[in-house]
Amino acid sequence: MSHELPFIAAINEAIMLEMERDETVLYFGQNMATTENEPYVDAFGRDRVRVTPISETAEIGMGIGAALAGFRPVVELYMAEFMLVAMDQVVNEGNRFRAMTGGQVKVPLVLKAGYGFTAGWAGQHTGTINALFMGVPGLKVVVPSTAADAKGLMATAIRDDNPVVYLHNYLLTLEHGEVPDGEYLVPFGEAAIRRDGGDVTIVGTGWTVDGALGAAELLAAEGIEAEVIDPRTLNPLDMPTILESVAKTGRLVLVDQATRHASAATVIAGEVAEHGFSSLRAPIVQVTALDATVPYSQPLEAWVMPSDEKVAAAVRQVVGTAAATA
Amino acid sequence: MWRIRLFEERVGVLARADEVYGLVHLSVGQEGVAAAVCSQLRDDDAVYSGHRAHGHAIAKGAPLDRMMAELMGRDSGLCRGLGGSMHVVDVEHGFMGATGVVGGNIPIALGSALAARLRGDDAVAVVFFGDGAVQAGHFNETVNLAALWGLPLILVCENNGFAEFTPRSAHTTVERVSDVVAPYEMESATVDGNDVTAVWDAFGRYLASARAGGGPFLLECLTHRLRGHYEGDPGKYRAALAEADWQEKDPIRRIERHGIAYGWFAEDALRVIESEAAEAVEQAVRFGRESPFPPVELIEEMVYADA
Repeated sequence: MSHELPFIAAINEAIMLEMERDETVLYFGQNMATTENEPYVDAFGRDRVRVTPISETAEIGMGIGAALAGFRPVVELYMAEFMLVAMDQVVNEGNRFRAMTGGQVKVPLVLKAGYGFTAGWAGQHTGTINALFMGVPGLKVVVPSTAADAKGLMATAIRDDNPVVYLHNYLLTLEHGEVPDGEYLVPFGEAAIRRDGGDVTIVGTGWTVDGALGAAELLAAEGIEAEVIDPRTLNPLDMPTILESVAKTGRLVLVDQATRHASAATVIAGEVAEHGFSSLRAPIVQVTALDATVPYSQPLEAWVMPSDEKVAAAVRQVVGTAAATA
Repeated sequence: MWRIRLFEERVGVLARADEVYGLVHLSVGQEGVAAAVCSQLRDDDAVYSGHRAHGHAIAKGAPLDRMMAELMGRDSGLCRGLGGSMHVVDVEHGFMGATGVVGGNIPIALGSALAARLRGDDAVAVVFFGDGAVQAGHFNETVNLAALWGLPLILVCENNGFAEFTPRSAHTTVERVSDVVAPYEMESATVDGNDVTAVWDAFGRYLASARAGGGPFLLECLTHRLRGHYEGDPGKYRAALAEADWQEKDPIRRIERHGIAYGWFAEDALRVIESEAAEAVEQAVRFGRESPFPPVELIEEMVYADA
């Protein structure tokens, strides 16, 4: 059985269910639960649900310490960029404790943050910095693109014994989707094939999965069948599914909302170039954001971002066809 | 204290011989703080330290042999050779973390204090840091939250007058670290960190209060490291210091003189302590030398915990 929910409500449903299931799950962050009658406070009380000052380093560090002591904190960061002020804790403390202690400890911690809010939020609140975390040993990185995955990946993140950076795209916040009832877990490291096709493989993450599917529809009208793959987690990254698809299609277009050299797309392109080169019948093409600070002005913002049409154009390039004339 | 002193002096020798690998920071001269604080704690009290952590780990109960094996990068080390001097951790004895980035350990200790409060027991969290960490944002964010929530966190600042190579006066206009927390209405004090009894008394009061639901507290211990920031430090910045004075204030000599004068212990009993510590250190060196290096398979095994 399932029910329809907006993306953001699906995330909340997972946190609620996990907090009910396991009393070691804590939830804290800025501006959270500022009144006593909010659902989380009402259900779980002020010990487990806490509003924090604007102190990202203390919030995340405290999460690490509580995790070392056996709790499972979820830290609400709101914006991925806010992690940048506490980067030592994210990429050089919590993620390294297990290895540096020779396995004496584990750090079950979820850092929940929105990203990519290219809806007029201008230069500092629109970034897609996902790839910054994906190569950091000890961290796991989750990027859901559907409401169902938003729920299932959050539940899995909370139960994981490692620090997990959970990145939800703000453009998807109010996108509705069918969400399975009750306990629902989506495993890490298993890509979803969102659309089957034999002519080209398109890989997108988060918001760009929608762009890839939109492009696939445009291309289907032209007789090009695209396979659309959503890795769902960037670390672990399901390369076998991507390589299998490329072996079938021989062509790869990667879509990413990040700037080119800081994108997950570039990492995936490198892996396919190394491990799937003999399958490729055309060069890999990456459709990323332009290497620029995201401009405020709406038409300029759209110019910087990938789009269905940019993805479709890239596909036409790799399959060697011209644009269909309208 | 002799165990710490002799262990670290031996580590200095082994570092020069490359038997201890990499960057090593010794706390020689500062042992009084580690001993007076950690000897009052239990295994379920979480202690965090920074890059100069050997003394705190030993005082908290870390075995010398597995400490030395860790510093020699061996599989039998506390962290199986993966942490080394800057990241010695002994969870069994509640020595939870030694972090190498100045200030990075302070908010993590806050998490242990929160955990103790949530469990509802009387355990406390203690974090050691130097005066250099006080100017970092980590410190201020942590102090604010600990005070706001009244957590059982005891911040122990070992003020040795130097943040790495730079004197405190070049970093801040605030002379006393204990003054920094005044606006938070947090109880704090400055004591002579080379006077073991003074540290014992001041810390003991804070500890009793934290166990009874109070906190947080800050204890500033004025001390002096008798060696450089790291082993091999040319120490040019130290030229003006009256090293002879500090040798005179050596916390071990002081507590020995004091104890003998008060009749707490006899000279020959102290020499037994010293020689037993020396033997334990030599045994630790033998243990380390005889231990194999860790297998390479361990590297990837340790990156993630199994779900």
